[in-house]
Amino acid sequence: MADTIGLEVTRYSPERDVQPALQTFQVPLRKDWTVLDGLNYIKDKVDGSLSFRWSCRMGICGSCGMMVNGEPKLTCATFLSNYAPGPVRVEPLRYFPVIRDLVVAITDFMAKLQAVKPWIVRQQEKPLAEGEYLQTPQQMDLYKQFSMCINCMICYAACPVYGLDPLFTGPAALALAQRYNLDSRDQGAQERLTLLSRDEGIWGCTFVGECTKVCPKHVDPAGAIQQYKLTAAKEWFQSLLMPWATK
Amino acid sequence: MDVSFHDVLLVGGGGAGLRAAIAVAEVNPKLNVAVISKVYPMRSHTVSAEGGAAGVVKPDDSLDEHASDTISGGDWLCDQDAVEAFVKEAPEELLRLEHWGCPWSREPDGHIAVRAFGGMKKVRTWFAADKTGFHLLHTLFQTTLKYTAIRRYDEWFVTRLLLDDGRVKGVVALDVMSGKIQAITANAVILCTGGCGKVYPYTTNANIKTGDGMALAYRAGAPLKDMEFIQYHPTGLPFTGILITEAARSEGGWMLNKDNYRYLQDYNLGKPQPRPVLRSMELGPRDRLSQAFVKEMEKGRTIDGPYGPVVHLDLRHLGEKLINTKLPFVRELCLKYENIDPVKEMIPVRPVVHYMMGGVHTDINGATPLAGLYAAGEVACVSINGANRLGSNSLPELLVFGARAGRAAAEFASSQKPPDGRILAQALDEERWLEQSFLRPNKGRERIATLREDMQKTMERSGGIYRTSATLAEAAAHFPELKERFRGVALDDRSRTFNTELVAALELSFMLDVAESMVHCAWQRKESRGAHQRTDYPARDDKNYLTHSLVSLKEDGTPRVEYLPVTITRWPPGERVYGAPAEASGAKAG
Repeated sequence: MADTIGLEVTRYSPERDVQPALQTFQVPLRKDWTVLDGLNYIKDKVDGSLSFRWSCRMGICGSCGMMVNGEPKLTCATFLSNYAPGPVRVEPLRYFPVIRDLVVAITDFMAKLQAVKPWIVRQQEKPLAEGEYLQTPQQMDLYKQFSMCINCMICYAACPVYGLDPLFTGPAALALAQRYNLDSRDQGAQERLTLLSRDEGIWGCTFVGECTKVCPKHVDPAGAIQQYKLTAAKEWFQSLLMPWATK
Repeated sequence: MDVSFHDVLLVGGGGAGLRAAIAVAEVNPKLNVAVISKVYPMRSHTVSAEGGAAGVVKPDDSLDEHASDTISGGDWLCDQDAVEAFVKEAPEELLRLEHWGCPWSREPDGHIAVRAFGGMKKVRTWFAADKTGFHLLHTLFQTTLKYTAIRRYDEWFVTRLLLDDGRVKGVVALDVMSGKIQAITANAVILCTGGCGKVYPYTTNANIKTGDGMALAYRAGAPLKDMEFIQYHPTGLPFTGILITEAARSEGGWMLNKDNYRYLQDYNLGKPQPRPVLRSMELGPRDRLSQAFVKEMEKGRTIDGPYGPVVHLDLRHLGEKLINTKLPFVRELCLKYENIDPVKEMIPVRPVVHYMMGGVHTDINGATPLAGLYAAGEVACVSINGANRLGSNSLPELLVFGARAGRAAAEFASSQKPPDGRILAQALDEERWLEQSFLRPNKGRERIATLREDMQKTMERSGGIYRTSATLAEAAAHFPELKERFRGVALDDRSRTFNTELVAALELSFMLDVAESMVHCAWQRKESRGAHQRTDYPARDDKNYLTHSLVSLKEDGTPRVEYLPVTITRWPPGERVYGAPAEASGAKAG
């Protein structure tokens, strides 16, 4: 294994540049170094102005998603040695506005997340004194995988529909809506369905399932979207045949 | 300069901050509450907590037993009135999280399941597989989204507190995205910024854990408490410091030295049994397990790894099925970061810095001595953790005291008048200082990373698992030099937009204050208690040190340490006994 590897990193500062450009740095190539370790080497030793987000470096905070050789990845969980002899290209997540270098704006996702009401909706709250809502492990299994989303935005960077239609609610937010719809404690599914029926992007989603393939936490947003389509189509069909039943 | 106003301002959007924000919104929906955080709230370090959250729930358990475990675990430095409030309110807070949707692991009949944890004599730790903190944080964050009264400042960095006539009246903050500096005024400020593990080189803590809130309070004149008590977690991965949860041991994992010998039996922690036994061996408290590692190393019985000595955590006998259902994240982390499969191989581990027992001195409602300033969670010291925190007490702590601080701050803020325009002068001063020190060309040559590394090595050398007067004195003398060098820091980045190097510089400046206070507290506490072990004073000294250290910043910028008696209610100081009595009572875990 060579001693170093080249990192081709996107540089962009709105105060200085008209458009993003790549800059190449040589970083040590060590067996246990991730792409994120390479970026931190640059920041600490070579050029402190390189900007990127990171925090937990253990694949759970969701901060460090970037494009690595064209694929969306958590850089803390992507080893440099897998790309030897290099170079490795590191770019900001695709389909998001770039703020600076490798940092993208995720305000759009934050608004969409809130819009799908990702919280327990109840007609009547149960008083704490009455204890927990019983939920068997089998009931939990119905929604558990959707609750594993770390909001890392990797599925959006892989989603061709989001690339074409920025109004599309998108994989992670839809998976989280479904996480609550399928939770035995929740009563908000109808409300969320009404909200989402306005989203034409859902119908543009094909069975491609890129979002599910790239998810570092094994969430299946594509599955969530297909479940949605099925429910929505059933509702629509019912409203045609039995308009009184959906009132 | 833009100025905004909120009745209550939360600094930090992790578990404590979000719980406090909801408490404010529920106490008085008319109050205007804001959460300011240097990262998006769901990135906060609460997300990394793995094992669980303690709260008495089973019929064979009692509040008194949880209190007594916590107090003996803390080597009698806990304030017992705070512990009593904590154990009483913990179960209702955990239940509230259940009502908000937290996917707590369940029994087959649908009731909450609990697991064993270190230092606890009953099984009382609620868990969501081994991603408890992740689920707790996302449940809280998603729940805050339904409260329209909660305003957020995502990716804003607080640089100082605003003071008016001895009262805290808001903050100055940098909007990282735009580089704009703004005064955010408030009638009450609650610090929920977490701990300060990044003052050390090897830590389980995320990059954001830089003691910001501790330094903000300290500089504003609020004392810090018990800063010498930093917890080493006995099982971190050697290179990254990534945490392997204590749940791995409570499910039955063994700690082995180079001879495949369960060495903890040599350290007064009981005798090895095939099944885990509560408060015994691998389920002893974290301070004792980390200390045993150092002793094994001195005996030459650790294993030499590429990053220094390690011991082994062996889970192989637990089997693939149990590991996949109860410890899936452990397996994922080992596979991804060490290329080791715990189903087939032993995990190399070493003690790494994990948790700050000390923090901003508060009363039982999160109030600091500075009017208008509150603190909750790891940034605060109430204190329920004393000289050593028990595993699974920190998550319920941030809920219980986050809620308490939220309610108290809401009440206080309701009785206050908004600050007048005079306060703006301080904010303008701060803006000038930031620009002059960091954003204009200067003659400095210091790199942030070099200085940070120097500080971290100083802390490891002087403030590690075992401490002694000579290295602490040396470290205390070194800090003024480090701080002087900080004045010569030169940034490569002088732009406004998303300047992460500026943030790193401000974090380093906070860490230097916090680390210096830790060294002084450790130097002056001439006894050994819990996580603070002095080789030159190896015994606990209740006559002189059944007291909290209170450290404040003197006019000349150096720390002054004073002492405050510990509150004892029903548990007089005794000996910490692990192993034998637990075995005698036949308490079996899991």
